Amino acid sequence: MAEHHIKTPVSDEVIEKLHAGDQLFITGSLYTGRDSAHKKLIDLVEKGEKLPIDIKGQFIYYVGPTPARPGKSIGSAGPTTSYRMDSFAPTLYKLGLKGTIGKGSRNKEVKDSLQKYKGVYLAAVGGAGALISKSIEKAEVIAYPELGPEAVRKVEVKEFPCIVINDMYGGDLYEEGKKSYQK
Amino acid sequence: MKTINLSEVRDRVKDIVQKANFELQDDVMKVIEEMEKKEESPAGKAVFEQIKQNAQIAKDEKLGLCQDTGLAVFFVELGEDVRFHRDDGLESLRDAITQGTREGYEEGYLRKSVVADPIRRKNTGDNTPAYIHWELDKGDHFKVQFVAKGGGAENMSQVRMFAPAAGKEGIEDFVVEVIDTGGSNPCPPTIVGVGLGGNFEYSALLAKKALLRKPLGSHNPDPFYADMEKRLLERINNLGIGPQGMGGRITSLAVHIEAFPCHIASMPAAVNVQCHSHRVLSFEL
Ligand code: SF4
Repeated sequence: MAEHHIKTPVSDEVIEKLHAGDQLFITGSLYTGRDSAHKKLIDLVEKGEKLPIDIKGQFIYYVGPTPARPGKSIGSAGPTTSYRMDSFAPTLYKLGLKGTIGKGSRNKEVKDSLQKYKGVYLAAVGGAGALISKSIEKAEVIAYPELGPEAVRKVEVKEFPCIVINDMYGGDLYEEGKKSYQK
Repeated sequence: MKTINLSEVRDRVKDIVQKANFELQDDVMKVIEEMEKKEESPAGKAVFEQIKQNAQIAKDEKLGLCQDTGLAVFFVELGEDVRFHRDDGLESLRDAITQGTREGYEEGYLRKSVVADPIRRKNTGDNTPAYIHWELDKGDHFKVQFVAKGGGAENMSQVRMFAPAAGKEGIEDFVVEVIDTGGSNPCPPTIVGVGLGGNFEYSALLAKKALLRKPLGSHNPDPFYADMEKRLLERINNLGIGPQGMGGRITSLAVHIEAFPCHIASMPAAVNVQCHSHRVLSFEL
């Protein structure tokens, strides 16, 4: 299992180096979004309108953080379960999104789009939101503030830790990991 | 006869919803540490390490252990000899618990994770309503148990109505199947609450009560069910799902089963899945 330190936005060459099981540390900006925000983004795509964020080469982190305490940039901020965004993800990968970060397995359509458009699916540790918040240096709401915890934020991260679950070659850590420890 | 001020209930609720969300309790930490020793996979060990670091940071900085600070679920045990004194504008016990939840989630910078309607989905903005289960009994006992129940694990829970002929084997296969299907979604290592018997709605309530058993990992006093708990934990941990689903020995930390009489024609079974972020706390007045 390799370890990579990458900066966003990323090119296809970076994605080509990543394999299921690799440990990844991301520095740069990420966008956040979950259920409601995704629905709004996809509605815009369907109407042929411009998105409020430029997702080319970017990553979307599926998270709805707790409110920040005064003087802090963000509260607890671990990943939410990704399958709820499965119906939206392929469209965004097609538009140039390079990765999504969450927890839990993706459906076949999402995995296929990783291969087709050169993308990855990453997991952060679910239930470690306090720890993860330490690698988030800045956060600002940039779209849909009315959604509260579900608003789209741009967050600046430093050495944000995650693991490659699905790569662009069809590798799947959840399946491979389970197989090695099944009795 | 005992009289309790509603404002006192509100204040204690306000306190425990925050404390539960910031501090993993000793019994939970103990099981996490024990199970960590049994984990063999490097990825799994790393997850256990992060869970422990996370708990320390959350406690030190009064930060949610998880960003999903849950629905506020309460089990209230109330003796019939207890009376409540209305004060501070609080009109009822429900009112006091709701207000405590509202204030606790606001003051503790906890996430507001409730929508007012399942289809129209507008956030209520204060994490209420509180989900309250009442249990009346004799005497002047008053106890409130709180669990912050996140959506990820709750979504992997299931109820199934079995024919009695399915027997012990049918039930055990079902529990294992629920955990296998949930895979990495409910943030393993999980805790498995099983409710057997009762009827459709009662089985689900039993499953949630099973989760709340203290201390975590203790067994049902009935040796028949204690054996079933041990067997199920072993079968679940042989699935290989592992911490966070990345492969490993420990998929669940504990299995708790609660059983209750049921109809001659039925055998309801409910499995309530809980994540490692097991935020349960209670108080008595
Ligand atoms: S399942 Fe539990 S640990 Fe995981 S995100 Fe939900 S509340 Fe947090």
